[in-house]
Amino acid sequence: MAKRIDVSGLSAFYGNHKAIDDISMTVEPRSVTAFIGPSGCGKSTFLRTLNRMHEVTPGGRVEGKVLLDDENLYGPGVDPVAVRRTVGMVFQRPNPFPTMSIFDNVAAGLRLNGNFKKSQLSDIVERSLQGANLWNEVKDRLNKPGSGLSGGQQQRLCIARAIAVEPQVLLMDEPCSALDPISTLAIEDLIGELKERFTIVIVTHNMQQAARVSDRTAFFNLAAVGQPGKLVEIDDTDRIFSNPSVQATEDYISGRFG
Amino acid sequence: MSHTIQDQRPARAPKSVAPSRLTRGGLPRWAPAGIAVVSIALGCGIGAAFGLQSKIQWGLISALLFVTITYVASAVVENRRQAKDRVATSVVWVCFVLAVIPLLSLIWTTVSRGMNALDGDFLSHSMNGITSFEKGGGVYHALLGTIEQVALATAIAAPVGLLTAVYLVEYGRGSLAKAVTFFVDVMTGIPSIVAGLFILTTWNLMLGFGPSGFAGSMALSILMMPVVVRSTEEMLKLVPNELREAALALGVPKWRMILKVVLPTAIGGIATGVTLAVARIAGETAPIMLLVFGTQLINGNPFEGAQSSLPLYIWEQYKVGSEASYDRAWAAALVLIAFVMILNLVARGIARWKAPKTGR
Ligand SMILES: Nc1ncnc2c1ncn2[C@@H]1O[C@H](COP(=O)(O)OP(=O)(O)OP(=O)(O)O)[C@@H](O)[C@H]1O
Ligand SMILES: [Mg+2]
Repeated sequence: MAKRIDVSGLSAFYGNHKAIDDISMTVEPRSVTAFIGPSGCGKSTFLRTLNRMHEVTPGGRVEGKVLLDDENLYGPGVDPVAVRRTVGMVFQRPNPFPTMSIFDNVAAGLRLNGNFKKSQLSDIVERSLQGANLWNEVKDRLNKPGSGLSGGQQQRLCIARAIAVEPQVLLMDEPCSALDPISTLAIEDLIGELKERFTIVIVTHNMQQAARVSDRTAFFNLAAVGQPGKLVEIDDTDRIFSNPSVQATEDYISGRFG
Repeated sequence: MSHTIQDQRPARAPKSVAPSRLTRGGLPRWAPAGIAVVSIALGCGIGAAFGLQSKIQWGLISALLFVTITYVASAVVENRRQAKDRVATSVVWVCFVLAVIPLLSLIWTTVSRGMNALDGDFLSHSMNGITSFEKGGGVYHALLGTIEQVALATAIAAPVGLLTAVYLVEYGRGSLAKAVTFFVDVMTGIPSIVAGLFILTTWNLMLGFGPSGFAGSMALSILMMPVVVRSTEEMLKLVPNELREAALALGVPKWRMILKVVLPTAIGGIATGVTLAVARIAGETAPIMLLVFGTQLINGNPFEGAQSSLPLYIWEQYKVGSEASYDRAWAAALVLIAFVMILNLVARGIARWKAPKTGR
């Protein structure tokens, strides 16, 4: 199921502006990798290059290679739609589809892709909602609109929607930044469970969160405003938080940055 | 145990001398209404005293008095800032009344004069065999013509306009999109008679077809299309980008994302826009005169032969100038207003029914 990601020499542009420069890293299957770094250093941009969402932005362009188990996502003839089915994404702000019920939201990926058996649909929806720790809260109101849920519930609904299509990799861009500590904890627990099945990459500004949930941590930085962001180092989370090999990482983690 | 906790602070000496800065004297809540009554009474009094003929002058004097009295009263009782606030509010009210009076009087005139001739017979009969000067006859042929022509025009313009808007918002980049936007803008400004002449020269003169409801519909659809494009474009732009990205990130192809996520989210507003465009063309007379020609008979086939339509019927009846035909013109005007109103209500119903749902 889960796949290894191998990035080499990746740069991403917005028009003529280079947002990230020459990034190489490896993400192991069935692990959680956290991205940390100051605002504007290109964490979201890099994350979005991993499922070809970057090119959805007008002017978005990518150079370099992203190998998903030896298959280059940016190779010739690769269908971005197929890539996104393999590499799912959860956004910073919960974004359930407002016209759809809770059930339809979770089923949306399958329905819109058109590859499912009707009889299996409710099973998959139930399994995904259980996987996202939301089933007990919504099982009595599956036909109510998804926008009637609380923010934390909506975010878990979006996670359920993302895992319903059975991706191999799950990208999360600050999934807890709009949530209270209890919902955050629920989602962190969830990440711990999901890593049994998926490769997970999570962007966070919360150091404790990175330390709690991730196996490996990557620190990004940028030389100056307007300069492209770079990967400073990636290492086991324990090492990054106890004994990083680069001074800038230690400064950032201990709050002595800038 | 709370009773054991005692307030250790020394009792404060009551400061009765300096009034609190947070409270202030204020006009009572009925003050605006009271001032309005007083100023209208004064306005009428002044108007009568000086022998002003026009009731409009009476009204303007009242409005002026209303604003002035409000300002003075508020400045005296309250303060300057409050006074300005109240003046702004009262100016808004005056403008509102000024805008509503013509509307109400229009509706009142149409209803009161239109009711003379409006009855079941009027709605279910044509003018067949009725000379313009006698009573009787009806509007059925014109109503039928309007409905068919408008429906055909919508059937042409709504899909084209919708797809154009989808192209502009979802796909359009670069010079082609700019050109389309420019031509839509130009089309918005086309006078209806020009649209009629265009169809007349191409469809009727060059291709040799006779007058028909369909020819009129084509001219109407030219008028309708830019309105549909514009309103749909605005509605599609209101759909948050996050929803598009959410759908794309699920591995949904772009066209399905547009069809299943973007359009359903915007459908309420789109329906309203299309209905407003329909309302705009339902009252068009010029292209109908040129292309549909007008008739006193019932012609249910919009593709063959002359038809009538409500605006054209109103114009014809009014031109005759007899008592009976005036009544018929007003009654037809009432029918036209009701037709547009019903369409509006239907659109609102659709918008409410389809709007993104909230609540638990
Ligand atoms: N749509 C866009 N168009 C142009 N430039 C963009 C766009 N989105 C981001 N950028 C630029 O790319 C750089 C990286 O932005 P990005 O959003 O990836 O930062 P980030 O690390 O995710 O920051 P944050 O922690 O605040 O989310 C920034 O300099 C930003 O100005
Ligand atoms: Mg970001």
